[in-house]
Parts: sequence; structure tokens; C-alpha cells
Amino acid sequence: MKPSAFDYHAPRTLGETLEVLAGAGPHGKVLAGGQSLIPLLNMRLAAPSHLVDINRVTSLDTIAVRDGGVRVGALARHAAVERSAAVARAQPLLGAALRLVAHPVIRNRGTVVGSLVHADPSAELPAVLTVLDGSVRLARHGGGERDVPAGEFFTGPLESATEPGELAVSAFFPALPARAGSAFCEVARRHGDYAMAGAAAVVVLDEDLRIASARVACVSAGPVPVLLDMSEVCAHRPAASDDWDAVARAVRDLIDPEGDIHATAGYRRHLTGVLAARALRIAAQEATEDRDDATGGPR
Amino acid sequence: MKTDGRPAVSEALHEITLTVNGVVREAKVPGRRLLSDCLRHELGLTGTHVGCEHGVCGCCTVLLDGDPVRSCLTFAVSVDGHEITTVEGLSGPGGELSPVQRAFSECHALQCGFCTPGFLCTVTALLRDNPAPTEDEVVEGISGNLCRCTGYQNIVKAVHRAAELMGDEA
Repeated sequence: MKPSAFDYHAPRTLGETLEVLAGAGPHGKVLAGGQSLIPLLNMRLAAPSHLVDINRVTSLDTIAVRDGGVRVGALARHAAVERSAAVARAQPLLGAALRLVAHPVIRNRGTVVGSLVHADPSAELPAVLTVLDGSVRLARHGGGERDVPAGEFFTGPLESATEPGELAVSAFFPALPARAGSAFCEVARRHGDYAMAGAAAVVVLDEDLRIASARVACVSAGPVPVLLDMSEVCAHRPAASDDWDAVARAVRDLIDPEGDIHATAGYRRHLTGVLAARALRIAAQEATEDRDDATGGPR
Repeated sequence: MKTDGRPAVSEALHEITLTVNGVVREAKVPGRRLLSDCLRHELGLTGTHVGCEHGVCGCCTVLLDGDPVRSCLTFAVSVDGHEITTVEGLSGPGGELSPVQRAFSECHALQCGFCTPGFLCTVTALLRDNPAPTEDEVVEGISGNLCRCTGYQNIVKAVHRAAELMGDEA
């Protein structure tokens, strides 16, 4: 058998799950969709003594649009979130990014919260959570819950703020305000692969349709999603007249990506600039159309 | 995660019940038994092929409660009580080929056949959810399955042909 042996736990309730995780401590690992974890186990890059399978904890299989955003439970599959019309209305960036996560068959099993906890800096969803200023809710046995903002959740490559004994029970993706747009652009060697470079962008316009805020989170550009505030560079100009080449140059100056077998550091730096500027331009365009739709109010 | 200094594990066996191709099957497996290996070793269903064993090639794709998933990225014990359809379960009760299988045969959508079980399961679900997919939808739908022989042209043709056959039969 490919993975190392482990003790398998199949709790049916959240309380039971937290109790098992507390007992397992640093030797426990949570199994949700398993689309990142099981390859690690198969290659024996990870060998937890206790595997806590949450697939029977149906109370975690939730997708709720409320409180100005989308809250996704730990067992909600990528495919379910991707297909939710309510999610698409409340936070379109989530669906746009999900369509770039691996392949449809993987998304049938993989979970959104699992992708966040896996904390791969080349993955799409950590960048989405980061650019939206979302958060992850962690729970532990007898210790209540804590919400960790995206900026503090990703602590290194494949490392998150989730501590031994804790379970990420849900993630919150805030909706966009009025006059806002978002976009996700990436380039991968093969469709569905981890991106060599990519960017999740959110642009908010002021009442005169000038860019008030422009933020971008870059993937594969550092040990964690790299959040850049490009509001000053976009210089409060209307979207149509902004100097996107200058934005690309500024992004390139701000990041320090590493080279690997897939792309040199220089190529990755160049590509990230292009994709960040492109995502910001599309987001600004969408924000302008959002205003033109005259629907008013937050979406 | 370090592998040294880990506490001893008991490697307990778990009794599981799977409904495979409509038949209730029981097996006794350790937690780390992959669904792909359980199907092949415990249940003797060797139609499900194992290629890369880390989710890249798609050969091991089966239907879990109707949805295609990687059986090499699923533990058998995780899906205790669920329904599995493998390539052996796609044909009719008398062994007649399904429309997707006939289309693959007609269009020469296979050469060595190693990837074919995964393609057949993926495409069966794809056409159930989207009976008349566009070219782009077909390519996106099969993007997670690798074929090293055919170059995909005939596979894409077969998906469209299967859609026609299913439309004729409906």
C-alpha cells in the first residue's frame, strides 16, 4: 500500500471530530476531499499517525450567503461552490477562480476549506481569500472558535495558522461593495496545473468612476499569496485611461519570485506583472459596467 | 510532517460495504487502502486502471454516487456505504455496450486502452449532465484524463458521437 499506516477515525459530529483531533495533537491530520493530502500520503511526504476523516460530518457541508459574504463549510466541495448561483451573485471571484482549480473530476471531491488549509502559494483559493480580506474559522475541543484573517492565516509554503488539535470549520469570503469588480488571471504550463504565475484582483471605483482602491494577490510569487495595494499606482484615474503598463512595472518591482523547473525567476516576475495588470484592468472594467448596470447597491 | 518519532499505529481493519455496479459488496480493509486498490484487489474488478496514483492521469476515475472521482485519491473506508460505478458497470445487463463505449469503439478513440476506463467513466457523467456539449465543454470535461496514444482527436469525436447516439436513443 502506498501511504504509511495510520489510525483511521470517522467521527460523525463536529464535537466528536474536535475531541479526536485534541487527542491526536501534532500527530493528527484532517482528511476532507483528500485531493492534495492523499497524493502527499501516497508519496509518503506526509505520514500522520491519526487520520481524522470528516466526510461523515454532514453539518460541515454548508454554503451560506449571508452577513455580506459567502461562508463555506469545511465539507463543501469545489464543484458545489462553483455551481452555486447564490455564490456567483454574492462573490463572482470565487467561481472564476474555482474554474481554474485542477480539473472538474478533482473539484467533485476537493473542498474549498481544504485548499485554504493546504496553503499552497501556487493555488488559486488562498489568493482569493487574501485579496478579499476573508477569514478562516478555527475550532478546537473545549476552546471555542477563532476567526483568523487571511493576512495572518497563510504563514508559509503549505503552512497555515491552523494549530495541532484545531479544525478549520469554515471560511468567509466577503462580498464586493458597490462599484467594484474582480478578476482572476493565470498562466499554467497545462490547463489545470498549478499556475506559474497568476493574480486575483479587486478594484473599487469612487462616485466619479475613478479608481479608489486596487488590490491584487499574486500566486506563485512568494511563500504565501503576495498582496499588493496598487491604489496609488492606479492614481485615481478612470479605468479606461489608466496606464496599465506602469501598473505591470510597479508589480514587477514589488515582488521577488523564485525560479524553478517550470519558470525562471525573471520570467515569473515578468509574467506576474502582466497578469496582475490584466486582472486589475478587467476588474476595473467590470466595476465600471457594474455602475452602468444601474442595479445599485452591493451585489 | 516528519515520519520519524511517530507513535505506533494499530492498522486496524475496517469492515466496509460498497454498492459496486449495483451489487452490494463487502470488504475488510485497512484505513490506508485506496479505493482503486480495493476495487482491484479485494473485489477483483481490474477494469479500473491505476496509472500515476497521485491524481494526474485520470485512469482510475470511477463514479462515486454518480460523480466522477479519482479512486486513487479516495480511501475505500471513506466511501463505506456509498455507490460506486466502475467501467464494468457501464454496459447493459446483457453485456451490450453503452452509447459512450460504442462511440469510443466506432471512432477509434483508443489504442492501447489503458486510459479508456477513466475516459469512459468521465464521459458518461459528462454527457449525463450536459447531453449536447460544445467542443470547449468536451475538452474541458476530459482535461483531467491523459491519453498517451491517440492525441485526443478521436476521443473528442467519440464524445460528440456518444452524445448523438444517446440523443437518438432518448
